[in-house]
Amino acid sequence: MSGVEVRAVSKRYGAASVLDAVDARFPEGRFTSLLGPSGSGKTTLLRIIGGFVAPDGGRVVIGGADVTAVPLWKRRIGMVFQSYALFPHMTVAQNVAYGLNRRGIRGAAARAEVGRALELVHLTGFDARRPKQLSGGQQQRVALARAIVTKPRVLLLDEPLSALDRRLRQNMQIELKRIQRESGLTTIFVTHDQEEALTLSDTVAILDRGRIVQEGAPADIYEHPRTSFAAAFLGDANFFRGTVRGEAIDTPAGPIRIAGALPAPGTAVTVAVRPEKMTLLSAGPDPAGNVIDATLREIIYAGAVSTFLLTGSDGAEIKVLSQNRDLAGPAPGARVRLAWAPAHTVLLAD
Amino acid sequence: MADTATGATLPQPSRGGWRILALLAPAYGWLLLTVFLPLCAMLVFSFLKTTPFGSRQPLVFTFKNYLAFVDRPYLVNVAWTSLQLGLWTTGLCAALGLPAAIALARATRGRTRQVLFLLTILPFWTNGLVRVFSWTMLLREGGLLDQAVHLVWPGAGSLSLLYSFPAVVIGLVHAYLPYMILTCYLSVVGIEDGLIDAARSLGARTPAVFTTVILPLCLPGLVSGAILIFVPVIGAFMEPRILGGRIGVTMGTVIEDQFTSAYNWPLGAALSFTMLAAVLVIFAAFSGVLRKRLAVA
Repeated sequence: MSGVEVRAVSKRYGAASVLDAVDARFPEGRFTSLLGPSGSGKTTLLRIIGGFVAPDGGRVVIGGADVTAVPLWKRRIGMVFQSYALFPHMTVAQNVAYGLNRRGIRGAAARAEVGRALELVHLTGFDARRPKQLSGGQQQRVALARAIVTKPRVLLLDEPLSALDRRLRQNMQIELKRIQRESGLTTIFVTHDQEEALTLSDTVAILDRGRIVQEGAPADIYEHPRTSFAAAFLGDANFFRGTVRGEAIDTPAGPIRIAGALPAPGTAVTVAVRPEKMTLLSAGPDPAGNVIDATLREIIYAGAVSTFLLTGSDGAEIKVLSQNRDLAGPAPGARVRLAWAPAHTVLLAD
Repeated sequence: MADTATGATLPQPSRGGWRILALLAPAYGWLLLTVFLPLCAMLVFSFLKTTPFGSRQPLVFTFKNYLAFVDRPYLVNVAWTSLQLGLWTTGLCAALGLPAAIALARATRGRTRQVLFLLTILPFWTNGLVRVFSWTMLLREGGLLDQAVHLVWPGAGSLSLLYSFPAVVIGLVHAYLPYMILTCYLSVVGIEDGLIDAARSLGARTPAVFTTVILPLCLPGLVSGAILIFVPVIGAFMEPRILGGRIGVTMGTVIEDQFTSAYNWPLGAALSFTMLAAVLVIFAAFSGVLRKRLAVA
């Protein structure tokens, strides 16, 4: 029983509203990401759950008990900070043992726990080192061991991987996922890195300007974004605006069909299409589905994949992501035709 | 013409060495001239039998001056007084300075912090003699402090702090507290907010946060402040003389007397070097421990 729930939590800093009556549930034993641009309030929400910041209104519930008024040191949460915040005057073992000592666990019992935690993060034998003698990734793992050794009810991670280089970050993502699975801790992870959120999470919650705009499984959120903000923030998207007319949406680029039911004729709507769902057609008959004309402007080659930047017949920019299976392809300036399935056209709410 | 351009950009070790020398030479030359040479002269004086001015007698060398503590046992008591002054002043400066530094670094910002800093440094800008004499006005019998006490408690007797050990300590703490505040402030400012958040999230309450995180990380500031204060305080003569009166006999005043009234320069010099040696021995004894604690922070 250590699921986390926030109910109508609000926070203002002076005139600026950072969180606006946010409701969210973080199920027990699950890995939930709070994803949003800077200033979206994701870190503030995390700090409110942890007890570092008091909300102006609303409740925080951990494991069924209201903890809104419980002070930080009594809340039994584990926190990993962006800056790691390791105690520079203590050894690795002393850092990890800190939380145990505060709970009255000392001596051999504490040493055994510290040993187990360091083993979990693959840092056995580093006990006597100082934080300064460790690399960024190792410091990160010490911070993680220190946060989980006390068996907290909730593990809070505040952009813990953002200070690491790309390769190390990918390794740590795998480690983090493994440690979370092995410890079974309810985990809340704050990040602005969409790829990281998709890779690690059981659930992703997208925050925008102090509100949760969409919450769900990574694949669900990616394939079916509800708003244009969610579509643009999580991955890339091509947007088409138009009016419903009969069986299709009439857009400046041409008629576009979707798989589901359309709103009433005459309604103005926006649809989104992911760049990797579109294909550049070679010569031959058009396939069934959506086909539009475009002019190829630029090709950005990136090894395994290439990004094609095109201009639609209405002048709008279109992005297409394609795997480099063939060497030959259209050159910039060529007029091409783009096709995609109606099922890959997402009708947005705004 | 090309030579000058490449000459400036090519790495030339000898030229770099000269540049460093040119930058260092004025300061070190000055120190050599004004500190090291007179100190050497004093070291020679300390082995002389009599002050070498105003007499035509040949110079006689002796170790007798260095046996002053054996020949004049009262000096041991004087040294003990100086040591106590040093310990009390340093301790009180630490007890007052560390909380002030923490408050300055963690609870103030912008203009408030600037003003508070200015107030901290103000004692530096006032003439020492004026500062000490203004304390006599406060501390003397029937002085401002007594009057203030009598306002609250009319029947109270006089505190008569002037010409007592506490009066000297008060004057010295006033003079040296800014050093402690400044050195501690530098340590506290370096403590990342996240460390305190981390300690609290791991179950530490405020007292535990102070003893396990803030205090250990302030140790470098406390130590450098203590060194800056302890050394001049055990040699201080102005505050003991003016605020201590009859009881204000310290190593500082004894040494000063040798130079100004007794005209026994060799003894004054020998006492100075004995004190210097004692201070160095104290620091050497602690340096091992300190280096270990300070290396991490």
